[in-house]
Amino acid sequence: MAYSDKVIDHYTNPRNVGTLDKSSHKVGTGLVGAPECGDVMRLQIQVDDNNIITDAKFKTFGCGSAIASSSLATEWLKGKSVDDAMKIDNMDIVEELALPPVKIHCSVLAEDAIKAAINDYRVKNGMEPIELEKSHH
Amino acid sequence: MNIPIYLDNNATTPMDPRVLEAMLPYFTNKFGNAASRNHHFGWVAEEGVDYAREQVAKLIGASEKEIIFTSGATESDNLAIKGVFEMYKDKGNHIITAVTEHKAVLDACKHIEKLGGKVTYLPVKEDGLVDLAELEAAMTPETILVSIMYGNNEIGVIQPVKEIAAIAHKHGALFMTDATQAVGKIPVDVNADGIDLLALSAHKMYGPKGVGALYVRRKGPRVKVTAQMDGGGHERGMRSGTLNVPGIVGLGKACEIAGQEMEAEAKRLSTLRDKLQNALTELEESYVNGNIEHRLPHVANISFKYVEGEGLMMAMKDLAVSSGSACTSASLEPSYVLKSLGLSDDLAHSSIRFGLGRFTTEEEVDYAIEVTKKAVNHLRELSPLWEMFKEGIDLNSIEWAEH
Repeated sequence: MAYSDKVIDHYTNPRNVGTLDKSSHKVGTGLVGAPECGDVMRLQIQVDDNNIITDAKFKTFGCGSAIASSSLATEWLKGKSVDDAMKIDNMDIVEELALPPVKIHCSVLAEDAIKAAINDYRVKNGMEPIELEKSHH
Repeated sequence: MNIPIYLDNNATTPMDPRVLEAMLPYFTNKFGNAASRNHHFGWVAEEGVDYAREQVAKLIGASEKEIIFTSGATESDNLAIKGVFEMYKDKGNHIITAVTEHKAVLDACKHIEKLGGKVTYLPVKEDGLVDLAELEAAMTPETILVSIMYGNNEIGVIQPVKEIAAIAHKHGALFMTDATQAVGKIPVDVNADGIDLLALSAHKMYGPKGVGALYVRRKGPRVKVTAQMDGGGHERGMRSGTLNVPGIVGLGKACEIAGQEMEAEAKRLSTLRDKLQNALTELEESYVNGNIEHRLPHVANISFKYVEGEGLMMAMKDLAVSSGSACTSASLEPSYVLKSLGLSDDLAHSSIRFGLGRFTTEEEVDYAIEVTKKAVNHLRELSPLWEMFKEGIDLNSIEWAEH
């Protein structure tokens, strides 16, 4: 199976790889997937007082599409408000990276990671977590 | 050095130019049907087939009358298992095999179960070898066949076939082996090993695709299999269908070359393989899968913990290797062979099979070492699991959301 140029680009030069201080109340961390399934994503956001995501970092254990999906997600998150970030849909990632059907679960995982990071941030800051649809992978 | 580098010789091998040369006349001038008994063209083709039959027989210590040509090892496995089940149904209906067998054997056995037969799938030990005591315990008066592969396609471990055959025979059962990965790579002798049926394939030993053979013992005991394809009664009635003469000639030549060069080649390949394996296991948290001592000379299956196999292969795109991870399949299930060694799913997902071959050079191996090390390090920089490991976090203490 051939990977799209965009997947190869993100895989070869992943954006925003790294770690934010997960103990900071400004940082939300989402850790999704499982090693047994061959995919684990950790996505972190740093949010300022205006509810804007000023920084995003990721680390991913998984195939090229999983790495590319999370790399792309961090690019999209930076500069977005938390509310807008909540609207990122996995199918946007599928479209942008031209993921084949067998790799759609990678984009689902990235969407889950975004939502998990936002909820972690909300809970840390005394807000209710947002009810999520039951994970669909 | 040409890039990409082919290190997937357990999947298939490039054809040796000497094999191609032997085959070529049989596509054009010597095009006859080997079953045409009444003219020159048929005789010439038959002569080619007869010679190939001797070449194949010689490599495994058999007589040429015991070689049945087929379309490959999958067909040979099917013919042996289903053919024995039908032929010996009055004697019993129980077959013993192992969980690490190739799908051709496992699925043929599943078919037998649908027909009302009983199949025991033996587990393997952590090193991939069958436990002889468990085999002995599984034997029943109903057991007609024990089918255990010679060398494993994923991890390369060599089963104790001689001991397995002895147990099968002691209980009155036949012993069959899928020797696809072993024939032409290590010495295989049907008499010394006590083999009653043996499957082999040309394209795993520098021959063409689409041709293989089944060895069927003729003496002590005389083994019979019921044909699985009806037709003109070719191959002593066991496998009908016009013979693939160029392919058969190629298989014969491949066997001849393998017989002549095997000893030196096995030494050369195991030296190269050990070099690769030693260099790669210098990386932290990397493990060789399967028994190291009883192993084919050209295979190394290595797990690089905390990186995922398919992602790793992408970083190793200049190398053609194979991964135990199956991220492309809908099931996301990693290799059943690695899992049956007791490997956790994450280690099974992290495995790469390196399969060296006749045309692999030391320069290529050096390059493969460099590329692999770089790829593993790159992916570990990206891996949250590696970071947790480095921080001393026990990954088992985390509640993972199962897919």
